[in-house]
Amino acid sequence: MTMIFGIPIQALLGQLLVGLINGSFYAMLSLGLAVIFGLLRIINFAHGALYMLGAFIGYLLLVHLGIGYWPALVLVPLVVGLFGMAVERLALSHLYRLDPLYGLLFTFGLALVIEGVFRYYYGVSGNPYAVPALLAGGTNLGFMFLPNYRGWVVAASLIVCIGTWLLIEKTRLGSYLRAATENPELVQAFGVNVPLLLTLTYGLGAALAGLAGILAAPVYQVSPLMGSDLIIVVFAVVVVGGMGSILGAIVTGYMLGLAEGLTKVFYPEASNLVVFVIMAIVLLLRPAGLFGRDA
Amino acid sequence: MSEATLHAERAAASVRLERALVVLGIVALIAAPFVIYPIFVMKMLCFALFACAFNLLLGYTGLLSFGHAAFFGGAAYFCAYAVKAWGWPPEAGILLGTAGAAGMGLVMGFLAIRRQGIYFSMITLALAQMFYFFCVQAPFTEGEDGIQGVPRGHLFGVVDLNVAMNMYFFVLAVFLIGVFAIWRIVNSPFGMILRSIRENENRAISLGYSVGRYKLAAFVMSAALAGFAGATKTIVFQFATLTDVTWQMSGEVILMTLLGGIGTMVGPVAGAGLVVGLENTLATSGFPVTIATGLIFMVCVLVFRRGIVGEVYARWLGWRAGGKNS
Repeated sequence: MTMIFGIPIQALLGQLLVGLINGSFYAMLSLGLAVIFGLLRIINFAHGALYMLGAFIGYLLLVHLGIGYWPALVLVPLVVGLFGMAVERLALSHLYRLDPLYGLLFTFGLALVIEGVFRYYYGVSGNPYAVPALLAGGTNLGFMFLPNYRGWVVAASLIVCIGTWLLIEKTRLGSYLRAATENPELVQAFGVNVPLLLTLTYGLGAALAGLAGILAAPVYQVSPLMGSDLIIVVFAVVVVGGMGSILGAIVTGYMLGLAEGLTKVFYPEASNLVVFVIMAIVLLLRPAGLFGRDA
Repeated sequence: MSEATLHAERAAASVRLERALVVLGIVALIAAPFVIYPIFVMKMLCFALFACAFNLLLGYTGLLSFGHAAFFGGAAYFCAYAVKAWGWPPEAGILLGTAGAAGMGLVMGFLAIRRQGIYFSMITLALAQMFYFFCVQAPFTEGEDGIQGVPRGHLFGVVDLNVAMNMYFFVLAVFLIGVFAIWRIVNSPFGMILRSIRENENRAISLGYSVGRYKLAAFVMSAALAGFAGATKTIVFQFATLTDVTWQMSGEVILMTLLGGIGTMVGPVAGAGLVVGLENTLATSGFPVTIATGLIFMVCVLVFRRGIVGEVYARWLGWRAGGKNS
């Protein structure tokens, strides 16, 4: 068996794949956070809860209505996105004039309520969600065995990330969005409906979180707690990447996922800590973050 | 009557009201254990000091730490370990816990003040979560079980803390010393500079203050006092567990301060009393605490940003509490 630094190459590649999968979710979630923060100036603490909501809606659609994975992949982001838009209209839109900390505190409360409701009805144990038949099994790549579903998650997250980046950087809607980030009053004066744009942006961020949730459902267990632990790591990712750039958020997400995977191979005890350690080092050397513009 | 005298009258009225409240409060706390279950009041007092320590940072310096559980729970572990494994007396254990929390505050604060605003909150949250994972794995915390059966021992070798009333008046003393310290810090020239940083950080910089050092000093003091509360709680309940270092605990102390009134001296005490009382009530009713906590958070942020005490001050005295622009 081939060895690298005394580690079988299969084990190394296996953990790197796990890291890449985690990194895919970090990337999708920090992307959503960055999109929301860019325009709304709100750190969405409920992002983890929306991710959990996405996974749970997918699970409930399957169990109660018999709606499978592929329709859920479209339905779930729609439902979560609409929920997000309702939250923005009813509550967040009243907080824009205040210190951004209030947005953080409100969404923290929202996260607690969503998580609390699901914990109350479904307990804390995980519920398995079967891999769709089309993606069951795996492929032998010669140097390693790749479960098909995991390959699909990596590909899908790349498509989502690049798609969102293109939407924001290359389309007319995206240009409105970027302009409103720079100067909302001016954009409003040009006749663009900025409040609607804000609602749509939060909806888009929420939909991204929901989509990440349904993608995650067959990989991890669907559990009410799946979001809250993840969101704190994603916050660290966001601090490392800086929220100034969409691309920065994506790249940092994958990088830190891989770093976590590597740590699992060489020093498993520290795999939970490594993202936070990297964050501390980045803060010491480059306080604005790797891709950050604001100091 | 001119605007200035009106303002002076209101300020004087507010001082009179606060003094009256403090005297009333101390009398009530001395009488409390004879009426209410002492353990419950002690729990309230520990959390009240924790919330006051947190408010020193949020209310008077304008920094929202989302990681104060690390200091509260960290000090609880240090104290529990010193008292149980090394056989230290309770007062030494509490001092060690406080010093440990201050040391952690120095490290975490040093990293966190490198960013401002919302990033500061996220960094403190992430570092506290790192400490949580450390506590899950480190052998000395005894993992999921926590450190159980910590002896209360004899205070200064004389006062037997196993006697409920002795324990109670010791906790009351800790609480009063802690709150008095915070009151002194807030009303000192140092405290004025902290407030100026809260109001306008750039102006404080241009006036020549090394804002970073002041923020770090405030962070360490707040961490140490939070540790003081956490270590004392360990002696009362005789255990230290993972619950006290979770992010939920960091959220809880924010809720206490927000509900009571950010930037007021009395607010966090009232908030802590309400939250601890509410949790006790809910524990028997079967309604999940998380949902209640989350709902209170949302309502407070949307319609009630001054908190209960802040609202009372604003309504009756026309006095606008400090804190964030509400």
